[in-house]
Amino acid sequence: MAKASAAGPLKNQGKFKYTLHMMRVNAGCYGMMAPFLILFTIFTIVPVIMSLPMGFTNFNMVQLPKFIGLSNFTTLFLNDDVFMIAVKNTLVMAIFTGPIGYVLSFFLAWLINEMHPVLKTIFTFVFYAPSMTPSVYVIWQLLFSGDTYGYFNAILMDLGILNAPIQWLTDTGYIFVVVLIVQMWISMGAGFLALRAGFQNIDKSMYEAGAIEGIKNRWQELFSITIPSMGPQLLFAAVLQISAAFTVGVVGQSLVGLPSTDYVAHTIMNHATDYGTIRYEMGYSCAICFVLFAAMLLVNKFINWLLAKYLD
Amino acid sequence: MGLSEKEKKKQEKALAKLRKRQSKINIEKLHVKKNKKRANGSTAGTVTIFIFLILLGIFMIFPLYYAILQSFKPIHELFVFPPKLYVLEPTLVNYESMFKIASSLWVPLSRYIFNSVFVTVVITISNMFVCCCAAFVLAKYRFPGSGAINKIIVTALLFTSNALWIMQFLVMATLGMIDTYWALILPSVAMPMNLFLMRQSISTIHDSMIEAARVDGAGIFRICWGIVIPNSKPAMMTLLIFAFQAAWAVQGGVLVYSEELKTLPTIMQQISASGIARQGVTFATAVLLMIPPLVVFMIAQGNVMETMANSGIKD
Repeated sequence: MAKASAAGPLKNQGKFKYTLHMMRVNAGCYGMMAPFLILFTIFTIVPVIMSLPMGFTNFNMVQLPKFIGLSNFTTLFLNDDVFMIAVKNTLVMAIFTGPIGYVLSFFLAWLINEMHPVLKTIFTFVFYAPSMTPSVYVIWQLLFSGDTYGYFNAILMDLGILNAPIQWLTDTGYIFVVVLIVQMWISMGAGFLALRAGFQNIDKSMYEAGAIEGIKNRWQELFSITIPSMGPQLLFAAVLQISAAFTVGVVGQSLVGLPSTDYVAHTIMNHATDYGTIRYEMGYSCAICFVLFAAMLLVNKFINWLLAKYLD
Repeated sequence: MGLSEKEKKKQEKALAKLRKRQSKINIEKLHVKKNKKRANGSTAGTVTIFIFLILLGIFMIFPLYYAILQSFKPIHELFVFPPKLYVLEPTLVNYESMFKIASSLWVPLSRYIFNSVFVTVVITISNMFVCCCAAFVLAKYRFPGSGAINKIIVTALLFTSNALWIMQFLVMATLGMIDTYWALILPSVAMPMNLFLMRQSISTIHDSMIEAARVDGAGIFRICWGIVIPNSKPAMMTLLIFAFQAAWAVQGGVLVYSEELKTLPTIMQQISASGIARQGVTFATAVLLMIPPLVVFMIAQGNVMETMANSGIKD
């Protein structure tokens, strides 16, 4: 900021010296950044970056990592049938929690935005409460319990739809749907909050101008005023949603077990957990994580590109 | 005099008129017009939307409601077929037996509570402190590397601890942190999302205030904590909520295997593992666990909305 201007005359003395000087002038900044940067590097950057080199090794936590070239990756894509199931499951779940969850939370935020403040508060609370609950899976476990004490079984049997209880959490026909429902339930979260706040940000006079210009219904208003003026919020929510969509599986794991029956709800995250903490094949697990990170980055780039194209 | 008084009255009248009109424009015209337009659009549409919202709301809130309900049911109501959506004789017996069960555990309940509270407090405070310091610098200063760090933070929003923990496990094993409080606390301290939200909020504060403080001789730390942070209360409350939520949900997982170091969510797992017979108790624990974050959120909701309003990503 202001301090930068003091370094004006030094600018001519070469870029390197200038940079050094600026670093010295702003030493305080580095001091303030240090605690965050150190922890961030150790617990976020190193894990992400290390996943690539570790992916080239065979590492069991006991012996030293052994370099085995691309073998992990070739096995992963060519010989690991379970991984293919995991990719398919992750994609299906990601489509539901990603795009569909995103559009849904956008519409929710939009609908709520036009309401009375009290209703607004209530609905915000209702839609955000699930993502704050740390005890999610216990509740769902008992709702979907396989005996007649499980809520859904009891209700369906009482209505005469079922004759015998369904094993929701172990029957291969139902596991996936159950996990999907729970995943949808918790994935509204922060993206919804960001979008709701984004609606409050929009300059009200824009709508007035729009009405004068002859905008007739709320759909027209939505597409020609609201969405274009929410770009940054849309991006932020998209980032949160992508990250949630690609790491699905953590809840499913506690709900239907790891691995789930016949791997029907097995996701990439589950696969990595399986190899990382059960089989102790860390190298392989790292390769899986790396593929996941790379996929997330690519999708993020794509969304950036897509939104930028639409918004400008 | 008479004339000027008349004039004054006239002026006042005109002013009042103007004010009235303005307020009409501000409050009524906008909203009434919009409402009218909406009604014109279709009443059926509004009704459909409302029904849709209510149905979705029920889907979202039902599991929580059911959990709370079950936790207050006495045993003979818990196992009624079909399950009822109300309770006739609410009782605290489940909560009592929760404490009874917990006190017969190998590690006393107080230890789990201590662990949870300790971890939550340490994470929340250090998270807020660390994120505020870094956010202030990133929002208000340009120095070699600041651009790159900003970019990295935005990218890092993608990598939640969900995706990272296997690699974190390796890192922590290397550093010898497995099975210590460090393993519970440190990974949750540097939270890119909190840094990002704080940065966006601080960048809306005027530079002149910081400049004034700098001229008065305040150091960078003093400016941050004496001037900037006290002026970003909403953002601080938001950080508090997110940090608290993350901290409260921290479980040992594979990072901690000593029973003495585990947190409250682990207890719930243990109790729920004993199955259907302890359904009421399980729900009592679940309810107890979900209360703190909900309460914190309710208190600070207005502030959250204000902060999230600045959260957009601009390139």
